[in-house]
Amino acid sequence: MPVFNQSRSRVIQFIFAGVFIAITGQLINLQLFSSKYKLAADNNAFYRKVIYPDRGIIFDRKKRGILENTISYDLVVIPSEARGTDTATLCRLLNIDTAVYKKRIRDLIFKNTSVKPSVFEALLTPEMFAKLNENMYRFPGFSLNERSVRTYPYNVGAAILGYMAEVDTGFLRRHKDEGYEMGDYFGSTGLESTYEKVLMGQRGIKRFIRDNKGRLQGSWENGAYDTAAVAGSNLYSSIDVELQQLGEKLMENKVGSIVAIDPKTGGILCMVSAPTYNPNYLTGNQRKKHLVEMMYFDPRLPLLNRTLGTFYSPGSTFKTMVGIIGMNEGVIDDQFSVSCGGAYYGCGRPMGCHAKGTFTLKPAISKSCNSYFAATFRRILDNGKYPNRDSALSAFNQYAYSFGLGKRLGVDLPSEKIGNIPTPKYYRSIFGKNWQSCNIISNSIGQGEIATSLTQLANVMAIIANKGWYYTPHLIDSIEGGDEYGLLDKYRIKHKTREIPEYVWEEVHEGMQGTMEFGTGFYAKVPGINVCGKTGTVENAYRGQKLKDHAFFGAFAPRENPRIAIAVMCENAGFGATSAAPIASLLIEKYLKDSITGNDRKAKVEQLANMNLIPPQMKKQMAQRDSLRSAQQLAAAKKAARDTSGVTEAPEETESDSATIPGKQQPMKKGTKKDTITKVALLPEEKRKTNSKRKTTA
Amino acid sequence: MNKRNHQIATQGVDYLVIWLYAILVAIGILCIFMVEYRPGADWFTTFLNGKTNYSKQLIFAGVCAIAATFILLTDSKLFTAFANLFYLFGILLMLATFVIGKNINGSRSWIPLVGGFNLQPAELCKIFAALALAKFLSRQEVDFTKIRSQLIAGAITLSPAVLSILQHELGLALVYTSFLIAMYREGLPAQILIIGSSFGVLVIATLILEPNILAIILTVIAALVIFLLRKQIKKKKKLLTVIITIWLICVGVQRFVVPYIFNNVLECYQSTRIYSMVGKEYNCADNKKAQDKSNTNKPVRKPDDYNVRQSKIAIGSGGFFGRGFLKGTQTRGKYVPEQHTDFIFTSLGEAFGFVGCFIFLLIYLFLLYRIVRIAERQRSTFSRVYAYSVVSILFFHIAVNVSMTIGLFPIVGIPLPLISYGGSSLLTFTVLIFIMLRLDADRQMVLR
Repeated sequence: MPVFNQSRSRVIQFIFAGVFIAITGQLINLQLFSSKYKLAADNNAFYRKVIYPDRGIIFDRKKRGILENTISYDLVVIPSEARGTDTATLCRLLNIDTAVYKKRIRDLIFKNTSVKPSVFEALLTPEMFAKLNENMYRFPGFSLNERSVRTYPYNVGAAILGYMAEVDTGFLRRHKDEGYEMGDYFGSTGLESTYEKVLMGQRGIKRFIRDNKGRLQGSWENGAYDTAAVAGSNLYSSIDVELQQLGEKLMENKVGSIVAIDPKTGGILCMVSAPTYNPNYLTGNQRKKHLVEMMYFDPRLPLLNRTLGTFYSPGSTFKTMVGIIGMNEGVIDDQFSVSCGGAYYGCGRPMGCHAKGTFTLKPAISKSCNSYFAATFRRILDNGKYPNRDSALSAFNQYAYSFGLGKRLGVDLPSEKIGNIPTPKYYRSIFGKNWQSCNIISNSIGQGEIATSLTQLANVMAIIANKGWYYTPHLIDSIEGGDEYGLLDKYRIKHKTREIPEYVWEEVHEGMQGTMEFGTGFYAKVPGINVCGKTGTVENAYRGQKLKDHAFFGAFAPRENPRIAIAVMCENAGFGATSAAPIASLLIEKYLKDSITGNDRKAKVEQLANMNLIPPQMKKQMAQRDSLRSAQQLAAAKKAARDTSGVTEAPEETESDSATIPGKQQPMKKGTKKDTITKVALLPEEKRKTNSKRKTTA
Repeated sequence: MNKRNHQIATQGVDYLVIWLYAILVAIGILCIFMVEYRPGADWFTTFLNGKTNYSKQLIFAGVCAIAATFILLTDSKLFTAFANLFYLFGILLMLATFVIGKNINGSRSWIPLVGGFNLQPAELCKIFAALALAKFLSRQEVDFTKIRSQLIAGAITLSPAVLSILQHELGLALVYTSFLIAMYREGLPAQILIIGSSFGVLVIATLILEPNILAIILTVIAALVIFLLRKQIKKKKKLLTVIITIWLICVGVQRFVVPYIFNNVLECYQSTRIYSMVGKEYNCADNKKAQDKSNTNKPVRKPDDYNVRQSKIAIGSGGFFGRGFLKGTQTRGKYVPEQHTDFIFTSLGEAFGFVGCFIFLLIYLFLLYRIVRIAERQRSTFSRVYAYSVVSILFFHIAVNVSMTIGLFPIVGIPLPLISYGGSSLLTFTVLIFIMLRLDADRQMVLR
């Protein structure tokens, strides 16, 4: 029994203690001083699921839902559990072949592993859902998941309601802290976009525990830390959906737009941009395909909102303003008269005019006499009150600005265009310091460089109806549950024009009523209602080629107590009285009397709806599109669309996008006044003179 | 006689160790329960139905209790008498695995038994090796200071280790090195341990430092030693040659031996594990065996340190007080591989945090110290050597297992004593401990 080694038991005990201390040290390091492990464990184990609330519904002024939600179904598959599936039957039901099936499954496994559920076919049609639902027992591993999608029960209002799109990286960058994630949908255009914050509601978060293969194991702490989803707020709009329907019907086969405003509130009653499309066209599983087709390959540009996304010369409808300003500035009075022998010769070169005779303001408005307003406009600019024409024009522009022209009105739709009210500075740069009123005489009749959007024009009508004030035109009157973000505040502010006395307004009203009774708008009379209106016919050219005139009509009714102010324009429709004016009259009747009465009026609706005013150059482009060459382009672009996921740009970008497609004709929209304006304005004076020989009739 | 036998069976048994043993086994079953538990399951019935691992472990514990009682009722002379025979039997069993062995998890070291249970002879062989070592060292004619007896003792312990390596059970083989502690207590020269640990330090330094920097450091140390000992060297020229020889060996080891071992001896995954322990990446393209494989098969597959990473995450996420019983997300999500066996410590660390781990390790430490005390109070060399063998084996298992889960040691597949799931392991440690208790109970009566 050797005891001489007994001290070694101490050494052994020291070794034990040493190792114990080393282990404890590492435990302290791991458990007390490294927070990264806790984070790593959470990253491992928590699956954060976003619960999407229903988006808000948009109602019209009579509480009819014009943009609602419906349930659609996605076919979802967990590839690892889908081994026993009756592939042949499934492929037959989905109208795909087995090669496609295999490829899709392979792609899904590659993207999302084989143990997690992935969407095999999104947004099934109701028929397909019914067929699949009956046969689901044959497809283990597949399931039908419901999801909320947008639907448009009245099939109208595509341009104003807008559509949803999947978020892209650019959107995520711009909206960093708003909780969007890849794969989310957001309101891309129209009201969906403007009121996105309100409509989207509040997303809910559910926390799940997942295992090492990513399968969910159940909720974390029985959902104690989950947040519930809050549905989006409903919006009440000022739209009258029946009026909107009638407007879209009347604008069939035409290019143009309608804006009707309730002058008392600024609420937009209907807003039609033609050609349009059925908004439900962009909700199904063919959404992307349809969008690409409309965005890049339809020369009619159905995605363009022509009510405020483009601007035109307002034509003779602008004369009302010239008259008001002239009277208010004191350069004319109700006795001032101009006689016209068929053209205005005051500037040397004759400016044509159809109405002959001697006019004071009222009949000048009614008959739309060019000479009268040319003379008035010159008097305004040459007014001795102002030191020079620059300041006179500035004063004129101040009126225009106060009428909501030359600036963004602030309508609750994206991509509103400003239009153009040319400044003295601009003319000085072209004509030099001593420019003459004759240089810009075309402006007097709403041509030349003046450009307005149709919404601005409708707003001018509302201002005239109100005799000097307006609320910014808007579509949404109220938000359910209160306007949390102050989105509607700017529509509660009453804007006033420059101080203009009552008799000026009366004078103009009288003239506009005359338009309907014996003037250019005679054919657009509404039985039993005193309508005040003004026609407009605008010359335009496309690439130097003169086209048929644009038809304009602006009106409000009834004169005594205006309830509707309306502006209608039909591109290349010719004389304003045959298309734009009757359309406006029917809409006024519909709105004020709630229905169209009388057989001849009803026949008029059908006659106008059937009238085809698609401009010939657009028809040509459409024919071209249908040709084989376009078909090839389509195939190529479809491929491009598949490759680039984010095809959904706002319609304002459509212009540039479509222009970049090689071999494609310039879109129709370029044929509007804007194109000629820029060209004309930059020409030297001599050329401009020959070019600006415009004839405006009506 | 019967009455006396009964007194012998119960008298002098160290109940403290039995209590510690019972506590640890209970903790073990609890830990396995934490790993296996799924919410919604009725824990009571699953505990009894024998289908889940914790239920099976409960059955193993019952079997072990019977075995322990049986051992306590035997005569301690049995173990001394049959020590060599047992050892021979164990070696034969291990050899038998090469013939009738069953392949589980890539190592052909299991013998199938009735009822779906499998026996791993390498586990049992620890007991037999401990008994045989004790038997050898307790022989009167053995003088452990002689090299010859040291070599024989080494051969007794290393034979099962070599067989284990042949079975691809590196972890079990390493366990046999723990007998060095017992032998050290019996007089193995300390130099062997010192040289061994110096080699270990040199290997780790080679892994961490750049080869040239390490060579410079070694040279500087050698020069420093020569400078300090310059007076002694003047007296004894031989000292200089010794120092230079040591320096040459060190540089040789770090330059050639270590890379050779990692690239040619060890498998790619083993090298990777050792490198990852010191936070480095091992390039498997350098590995000879991996190259051989890649010539015939696919490009070199790079094993990663997923196990250690997840294990460290589990323990680290426990924090100070832990996530709570059954609330560990790493455990619930099955992120840690082999969590019910080799990585059982992670479930404890995650659920009960630093406090739980510390208390748990204290229980272990207490058990180890208790056994050392028991060993020191033995009168017979056999009992003392055996008790030291037991404590060495336990210590080695605990230290290596816990260290590997917290990233202090490369991963080798050895279980945590009395905690990890597994019948063989539990039975082995039960028998080891209870034989020791039986011997301890008889310490007053038997003088050998």
